[in-house]
Amino acid sequence: MAAAAAAVEPKTKYDRQLRIWGDQGQAALEKASICLLNCGPTGTEALKNLVLGGIGSVTVVDGAKVEQADLGNNFLLDEGCLGQSRAKSICSFLQELNDAVKAKYVEESPATMIDTNPSFFSQFTVVIATQLPETSLLKLDSICRSANIVLVAARSYGLTGLVRVSIKEHCVIESKPDHFLDDLRLHKPWTELKQFAKSIDICDKDAVVHKHTPYIVILVRLAEKWADAHDGQLPSTRQEKREFKDLIRAHMLNVDEDNYKEAVESSYKVSVTPGISDDIRQIIDDSSSEVNMSSSDFWVLVAALKEFIANEGNGELPLEGTIPDMTSLTEYYVSLQKIYQAKAESDCLAMEHRVKSILKRIGRDPESISRAYIKTFCKNTRKLRVCRYRSMEEEFSAPVLSEVQKYFADEDSCFAMNFYILLRAVDRLAANYSRLPGIFDSEIDEDVPRLKLAAVSVLTEMGLNGASLSEDLITEVCRFAGAEIHPVAAFIGGMASQEVIKLVTKQFVPLMGTFIFNGIDLKSQVLAL
Amino acid sequence: MASPDAEAAPPTEPERWRDLDMLLSRPGNLVHSTFDPSPGLRDLIGSFVEVLVVGAGGLGCELLKDLALSGFKNLHVIDMDTIDVSNLNRQFLFRIHDVGKPKAEVAAKRVMERVSGVNIVPHFCRIEDKELDFYKQFQIIVLGLDSIEARSYINSVACGFLEYDSDEKPVQETVKPMVDGGTEGFKGHARVIMPGTTPCFECNIWLFPPQVKFPLCTLAETPRTAAHCIEYAHLIKWDEVHSGKPFDADDAEHMQWIYSEALKRAELFGISGVTYSLTQGVVKNIIPAIASTNAIISAACALEALKLVSGCSRSVSNYLTYNGLEGTHIKVTEFVRDTDCLVCGPGTLIELDTTSTLSEFIKMLEEHPKLLMSKASVTHEGNNLYMQAPEVLEQMTRQNLSIPIFELLKGASLATVHVSGMAESNGKKVSSLRKLRVAFKGLEEASKMDTTESS
Repeated sequence: MAAAAAAVEPKTKYDRQLRIWGDQGQAALEKASICLLNCGPTGTEALKNLVLGGIGSVTVVDGAKVEQADLGNNFLLDEGCLGQSRAKSICSFLQELNDAVKAKYVEESPATMIDTNPSFFSQFTVVIATQLPETSLLKLDSICRSANIVLVAARSYGLTGLVRVSIKEHCVIESKPDHFLDDLRLHKPWTELKQFAKSIDICDKDAVVHKHTPYIVILVRLAEKWADAHDGQLPSTRQEKREFKDLIRAHMLNVDEDNYKEAVESSYKVSVTPGISDDIRQIIDDSSSEVNMSSSDFWVLVAALKEFIANEGNGELPLEGTIPDMTSLTEYYVSLQKIYQAKAESDCLAMEHRVKSILKRIGRDPESISRAYIKTFCKNTRKLRVCRYRSMEEEFSAPVLSEVQKYFADEDSCFAMNFYILLRAVDRLAANYSRLPGIFDSEIDEDVPRLKLAAVSVLTEMGLNGASLSEDLITEVCRFAGAEIHPVAAFIGGMASQEVIKLVTKQFVPLMGTFIFNGIDLKSQVLAL
Repeated sequence: MASPDAEAAPPTEPERWRDLDMLLSRPGNLVHSTFDPSPGLRDLIGSFVEVLVVGAGGLGCELLKDLALSGFKNLHVIDMDTIDVSNLNRQFLFRIHDVGKPKAEVAAKRVMERVSGVNIVPHFCRIEDKELDFYKQFQIIVLGLDSIEARSYINSVACGFLEYDSDEKPVQETVKPMVDGGTEGFKGHARVIMPGTTPCFECNIWLFPPQVKFPLCTLAETPRTAAHCIEYAHLIKWDEVHSGKPFDADDAEHMQWIYSEALKRAELFGISGVTYSLTQGVVKNIIPAIASTNAIISAACALEALKLVSGCSRSVSNYLTYNGLEGTHIKVTEFVRDTDCLVCGPGTLIELDTTSTLSEFIKMLEEHPKLLMSKASVTHEGNNLYMQAPEVLEQMTRQNLSIPIFELLKGASLATVHVSGMAESNGKKVSSLRKLRVAFKGLEEASKMDTTESS
């Protein structure tokens, strides 16, 4: 019974998440190895979510022993663990959550690991660094950058906290945006689509056929009719677009023809700007598209895309190949699907040829990029994303001042901007006083102005003055005194785990900027600095 | 209120709760006006606050953990479901050997095992099966639900307790706050509902988009997608072949039948894409779900509950949406109450003659344009005036039907009455609970004075 359950388990257990990132995404997660620094509640919650999802392996680095305060905010620790290694105790619970995951631990303080054994980190896919002060974080960021390891920094501090991704470059093919225009090419139908559209009489007397003519056909025919009457141009001004809609309506036999209503609603698709978007233009013009032996597969594909656009594409990207559902006779719809699929496949074949010849040219095995990968790329060329992150060193030494000022000035982001500065100030104070501000009730009143001074000096180094700092928030941060409150840690840990998933599966778009949590009124913000 | 001795009593387990106490024992500037920081605040919360968690699934498991580690010691959890293998990727309180057991019971047991001092009472039943008094005992209700109907029900129960004073202001003691969370894939929301002050669930029900329904003629005559073929098998073919036998989405054999019929239809029409996974997804309306989003939304809800109860910081005002598909988008919107809301408003006004019988009143509800309620049961201040079910109660209250409702309401000129029955909503019949203000016409001055004395 148990064996049968275990056999059926993986596919059924992960069903709800497989519907989001598919088998390939899951495979990427199961191959990944994660390093967690500090397993307080923030780090533990991040790992818990990843372990539940079937991450390959986790290694916890933490030198602390379990104490009473851990029992008040960490679900994975109980009385039985008191006095034992915190990392060891966390691992054994994580193992119980999912025995397919390999959970290991190293009893060592993260700061010491960073200082004495930087090469330790090279074995991992992602390093999640929680509750690290600035000095350690900067060193770690530099280590991870050189080894090209993804770093996710997370911190929870009273009612605030942060999450920050750091990697030189992260390229996404399957960004899977929520809403994206279909790739119908109504403004530039190719031969087979034109032929099919022509083969249908849009003025068919049969009422059923008339109201089940798919809108793609209607729009291709009427766009051509319009262009013929307007010097080959398609509707572009507001007036013209309105007239085009009237032209469509004029072909309706009666008011309940859903296909014609859909045609009117989709009429704007005929007026799309031809060619490629600015975002994609930026990617293909990027210097990385001049590929060589050390280029990643992604950039090789971008190089092929650039060639495709200039040749077979005639200024357009490979066709995506799917069409949305629309009112239609089944046979018309299925025929249209086949026509779009065929063109997408032929565009993909052309891309494949180009990929192979580029690979040969740069000295790589022409079969080293799979057809499946090329196919996925072709379907997603309009949605490619290249995420480049500044190093933390750069961010701290040369922040984008105009953005900082904008964030301070905006009601929805000024708390977040304050917290960002105060979290940095807290670390400075801690370095000078060997403790966090506000930790001792007896010193809290003196700590408030000390924290303000430290915050002002952070701002001064940035080239700004302290005028925008909120006295209330300075007092709040002293009140927090570094407390890890479980729900806040769970929120931050949850966000960190979500970013790791996106980064490992290379699907969806990871966080760009520093996310600052605001537990006071929940108006949290991403600061792009 | 508290005796001097109680105030001097040292807080329990201060080392364990060191971090939480930073927030609860220290004064702050951005706190609620009622915040009274003290080392004893956590124990007050632990002793006197009872929280109900509705749902022990993806959100519920996280909520129980978060609330238990936020100083709450008296929790109840209600869920009618049993554990399924597909829950295990995120409902971390359950293991493979728990499959088939009631979620509420296993969740309660696991959290109590791990967080000493917390007491969680599980309820393995439907939310509709509980008496109104059950819900009355809680200071705050936190929702981790996955359906509009369930949210609507709890909302109407909580708002049903709400009373307004003569200035049309909510009476504080009758306000039962709710914190509501929901997730779907990488998206989610968390909101705080203070009945009478912030919008209730019904005030903003338009926020939830209507469910996709395929037109029958598409399914029957011009299918185009795999989903059309599946729904044809599910909604049309099943009844044709199994007339009378209800379709059970949890029965693997039933699902297999739908899948093979859908495949046949797809083949007939030349449509591709029917898979078993898609069949399940369409028929069961499966919502993709992951641990991280549930963790995030539950954490926000638990934090709001902590802040509401303790006053240790401000509350979100009042609706947070979360979207993690592209970076992270968090937006807080301050929605406004619908003052005419049928559920959280002062109540639909019904004017009656003093001679109208209870039976005539019940009949009126069927036709009232704002209610359209059939088979109504009527209660007043906890007393059953007439109950449609169960049989024994129906028999006991049947005699009231012919009595003037004015008498049954003890001769008050204005009374709040609760009615529950089946109402029409978007073409569907749903169970509904409504608050009504009943006012009697043509009363003499003298009799008005009598009634105020007697109440």
